[in-house]
Amino acid sequence: MSIFSYNGAAIVAMAGKECVAIGSDLRFGVQMQTITCDTPKVFKIHDKLYLGLSGLLTDAQTLHQKLMFRHNLYKLREERDMKPSTFGHMLSNALYERRFGPYFAAPVVAGLEPDGTPFLCGMDTIGAIETAKDFMITGTSPESLYGMCESMWRPDMEPDELFETVAQCLMSGFDRDALAGWGAVIHVITKDKVISRTLKTRMD
Amino acid sequence: MDFFVGIKGKDFVMVCSDTSASHSIISIKQDEDKIVPIDDHKVFCIAGEAGDRVNFSEYIIANVKLYALRNGTELNTKSIANYTRGELATALRSSPYHCNLMLAGYDKETGPALYWLDYLATLNKVNTGGTGYGSHFTLSLFDKMWHPELTVDDAVAMIDAGITEVKKRLVVAPPHYIIKVVDKDGVRVVKTV
Repeated sequence: MSIFSYNGAAIVAMAGKECVAIGSDLRFGVQMQTITCDTPKVFKIHDKLYLGLSGLLTDAQTLHQKLMFRHNLYKLREERDMKPSTFGHMLSNALYERRFGPYFAAPVVAGLEPDGTPFLCGMDTIGAIETAKDFMITGTSPESLYGMCESMWRPDMEPDELFETVAQCLMSGFDRDALAGWGAVIHVITKDKVISRTLKTRMD
Repeated sequence: MDFFVGIKGKDFVMVCSDTSASHSIISIKQDEDKIVPIDDHKVFCIAGEAGDRVNFSEYIIANVKLYALRNGTELNTKSIANYTRGELATALRSSPYHCNLMLAGYDKETGPALYWLDYLATLNKVNTGGTGYGSHFTLSLFDKMWHPELTVDDAVAMIDAGITEVKKRLVVAPPHYIIKVVDKDGVRVVKTV
């Protein structure tokens, strides 16, 4: 039993034409027992920045709270929201601070930069950051998710098409994962609004 | 092994616990009330390591009371749940408390609330929850029977069905249980089994 598959998660983020979408499954479980089916693993930082956290849920919750705290302080000092690229690097630094006693969470950051270009990045548990132009995934069945995203992604998708693609990749990906699933939530971020949709999926 | 379940109803939260206190193979007493009141409208159900359980619950309850004395106002259920999670999370990487717990409360403004916390400090707001081996048998039963307009009688029937299942199928099933309800009138015992 790995500490990263104690709770279970599946998170997919994709970039489209001046929009990004990020989605996660809704299962919360403890090893093989499912406790709830309404626990999203994607958190809003601000209107144009969402953070997905997989891995041990307690560390995901702690990290989310710590980052909200840091972002709120940043907003008070700078009088503006943090850019997604800045946030990604701050998160990477925060994770590496705990190099020898890490948070067991692997994040995915999805947002729109102030000029409207999509920003996607992902990290491992100690903050090794990689940015991507197409998609970023994390979770307990990465092979399934990578396979789906690699074949389904195309450049310059409009928001509705992007939603469909993320939905299909996420659902097909976590259908093969015993520890993730039980519903999904997907947020599509465009320059003037965010559309959040909850999906009903196979409940197994 | 401690057994706790909680069910959130229309305007109440019902919790059930077993009443046995044991030490390895010895049963010390069969009428131990493990549902601990935090204040008039909130209770803790804590299961786990012997010393940690009582120590941690007393620590949280004392701090909740201190806040009320200092600030002249009581904390609501959500705040207590998040405070408890914070304490568990801070202790996790130094000297962890090995206890799983549920917090059931009723607030005038927001109504009933049930929170589930595990020993790793994972917090979830739930409609039905449980800890221990017994919960493996009862949670799917509750999924089937729960609906948002549950009355006290419906919830008692659900818990009775759960207890029957546990007694039938769990090898080390506890013999006696106590069922309490938390609503606008406070905490009271509904039934002992």
